[in-house]
Amino acid sequence: MADISVNPMQARLEGQLCSLAFTFLSTQPHVSYAAVEKGELVVHTTRSHLLAFLTLLRDDPRYRFEQLMDLCGVDFPARAERFDVVYNLLSVTYNRRIRVVVTTDEYGAVPSVHHLWPCATWWERECYDLFGVLFSGQPDLRRILTDNGFEGHPLRKDFPLTGYEEVRYDVERRQVVKEPVSLTQDFRDFDFVSPWEGMLTLPGDEKAHEVRQGMKRSG
Amino acid sequence: MTEQKNTPSLAFAQTVPQEDIPQSLLPEQQALEIENRVVEIDSHALNFGPQHPSAHGVLRLVLEMEGELVARAVPHIGLLHRGTEKLIEYKTYQKALPYFDRLDYVSPMCEEQAFALATEKLLGIDIPERAKWLRVMFAEITRILNHILNLTAMGLDCGAVTPALWGYEEREKLLEFYEAASGARFHANYFRPGGVARDIPTSLEDRIGVWAREFPSWIDELEGLLTENRIWKQRTVGIGVFTTEQALAWGFSGPCLRASGVPWDLRRNQPYDNYHKVDFKVPVTRQGDSYDRYLIRVAEMRESVRIIEQCLSQMQAGDIKVQDPKFSPPPRAEMKRSMEALIHHFKLFSEGYHVPAGSTYTAVESPKGEFGVYLVADGSNRPYRCKIRPTGFAHLQAIDELSRRGMLADMVAIIGSLDLVFGEVDR
Repeated sequence: MADISVNPMQARLEGQLCSLAFTFLSTQPHVSYAAVEKGELVVHTTRSHLLAFLTLLRDDPRYRFEQLMDLCGVDFPARAERFDVVYNLLSVTYNRRIRVVVTTDEYGAVPSVHHLWPCATWWERECYDLFGVLFSGQPDLRRILTDNGFEGHPLRKDFPLTGYEEVRYDVERRQVVKEPVSLTQDFRDFDFVSPWEGMLTLPGDEKAHEVRQGMKRSG
Repeated sequence: MTEQKNTPSLAFAQTVPQEDIPQSLLPEQQALEIENRVVEIDSHALNFGPQHPSAHGVLRLVLEMEGELVARAVPHIGLLHRGTEKLIEYKTYQKALPYFDRLDYVSPMCEEQAFALATEKLLGIDIPERAKWLRVMFAEITRILNHILNLTAMGLDCGAVTPALWGYEEREKLLEFYEAASGARFHANYFRPGGVARDIPTSLEDRIGVWAREFPSWIDELEGLLTENRIWKQRTVGIGVFTTEQALAWGFSGPCLRASGVPWDLRRNQPYDNYHKVDFKVPVTRQGDSYDRYLIRVAEMRESVRIIEQCLSQMQAGDIKVQDPKFSPPPRAEMKRSMEALIHHFKLFSEGYHVPAGSTYTAVESPKGEFGVYLVADGSNRPYRCKIRPTGFAHLQAIDELSRRGMLADMVAIIGSLDLVFGEVDR
C-alpha cells in the first residue's frame, strides 16, 4: 500500500518529532516509550512523573505545548492497569502535537492538570464520568455528561451498550420514572467476520491446506 | 401579636411544650402565635435555559446574579448526550460515519472529514485528487453554512432580526448543493473513508460557480446591517474579552482563538486534503471580544468563497474514491454483472473492512475550531475507541471566565459569539 503523500512541511515536521522522541527517551528516565507513529509523537510515562513532565512540556521554551486539546480515556480490560489516559497537547508556537499516555486502574488516581490548563477540568470530569478514572487534586470531580443519578461508567468495555436503566415519563404518576431496561428482543451483536478467514483449515481440506501453507513440500 | 400574648385564655396553652403538637392541631389563635419568620437570602440564581431560544440548543446555565451583574455562570451540559462514542464502538467504520453528521448538525461535512481522514490514516490509503478537491470545496461550503447560521442567530439574540431572515435564504441555496451532491440536505454522509460517496452532477460545478460570484455581495449586505451598526457594536464590542494567554490556556481554537490574536488555522498550519494547494488568508484580530469573533467569521466567509472558486478552477475529472474494492463499493451497474463485484459489495456492507491496529489523533479545522477524532483500532472491523474532541466543549467551559462581572444581557452575545451546538458538546 502506498503511504500517504506528504507535503514538504509535514515531512520536515516528522523529522523534528523524531528528534523530540529521541530527546525524551534519552533525558527523561521515566519515559518508557517514545516514538513517532503515523506522523504523531507518542510518549508513555508514569502517573507519578506525569505532572512534572507535563509542566516541562508546557513551560520549557524548547517545547512550549501551550494547549491541552484533548484528554480522554481508553479501556483495555485485559490489562492489569486497564485504563489509558491520553493527553493530546498542541504547541501553537512550534506547530507540533504530542500525545502523552499514562495507565491507571479503577483505584489509582491520576494527578489532575487543571492548574496547568484550566480547560482540563471538564475533560477530567468527562473521563471520570465515562470511565471512572479518578483524578487527584481535582476539586470538581462530578459527573458531566450522563444523567442525574446515573450509576456505572458507560464507556468501560464491560458496560453493556443497552445500559441497565431506562427513563420514561409516566403519565399516571406524572413524573419521570426509571426502570430496568426491558428489550422487546434480545440485544443482537452480529459478528460479520467471515468464518472462512478465521478457520485456517477447512474440514476435509487438511491436505490441500498443508500444501498451500508450504508445510509439506511435495517432492 | 404581642397583645394576644397577655390574654388569659392562652396562659394555659403556653405551658404545653409546643414542639409536641403539630401546628395544624393547635387552636387557631395559638397557631397565629407562632412567629412566622421570613428569611430573605439575597441570591438571584437565574436558570438560563434549557429552553431559552438564545441558549442555542439545550444549554442549562445557572447564573448567580448580583443585581444585574453575573457573579458566576455554571453551565450544565449533557442534556443531549446520546452515547455516540459508545455506539460507534459497536458499528463498522462505514456505519460509524453517519454519527458524525449528527454531532455538529450545523457543519456536518467537516465532522465527517475528521473521521474519514483518521480512518484513512490508519488504513494507509491515499484518496484520488478529485475527491480531495470535492472535500475541500464542500468543507468550505459547510463553513459558510455554519457561519451564516451563527452570525445571523447571534444577531437575532441581540435584537437584529433581518440578517436571520436573509441568511436562511442563502443557506437554502447551499443546502441545495448538499442535496445535489449527497441526496440529503443535512445529514449528508458524503465524505467516506477512501473518498466521497459519489461524484457531483455535471451541472453542479456551474451552479456553485454562479453562486460564488453572487455571494460576496450578500456578505456586503450583511455587513451593511451589522458591522458599523451602533446598536450591534454597543452589544458586542468589549463584551466577553479573552486575552491570548487565556484563550490558549482554555483550549480555544478556530475563530475564537484567532479573535484573541493567535494566527492559528489548521488548514494553514497542518494542512489536510488539498488545503496546501489553495491560496487564502487567515484573518486575525487582537481584542478577543464578541465583536472580533464576529469580524473573523465574516472575513472567513469571504476567504471560503475564494477557496471554493479555486477548487472549481483546479478540479479535474477523475476518480472520486479509492479504486480498491476492499475499501470502496463497486458501481451499482457493475455489481449486477460481475460476481466478484457482488461479493465485494456484500462483504463491504456486512463485514466492512479491517483496520490495522494503531491509533491516531486527527484534527480538522471545522467552522467552530479544532474538531478532533482520537481513533484506536485493534485490527478488527470496528473502532476499538473513538474519542470525539468537540470544539464547543472547551469554549463553553470558559463561559464563567468570559462572562465574569458582565451584565445579564451580555450573556446572549457571549454565547452567540462562541458558536455552540449541543449535538457536538454533549455527543
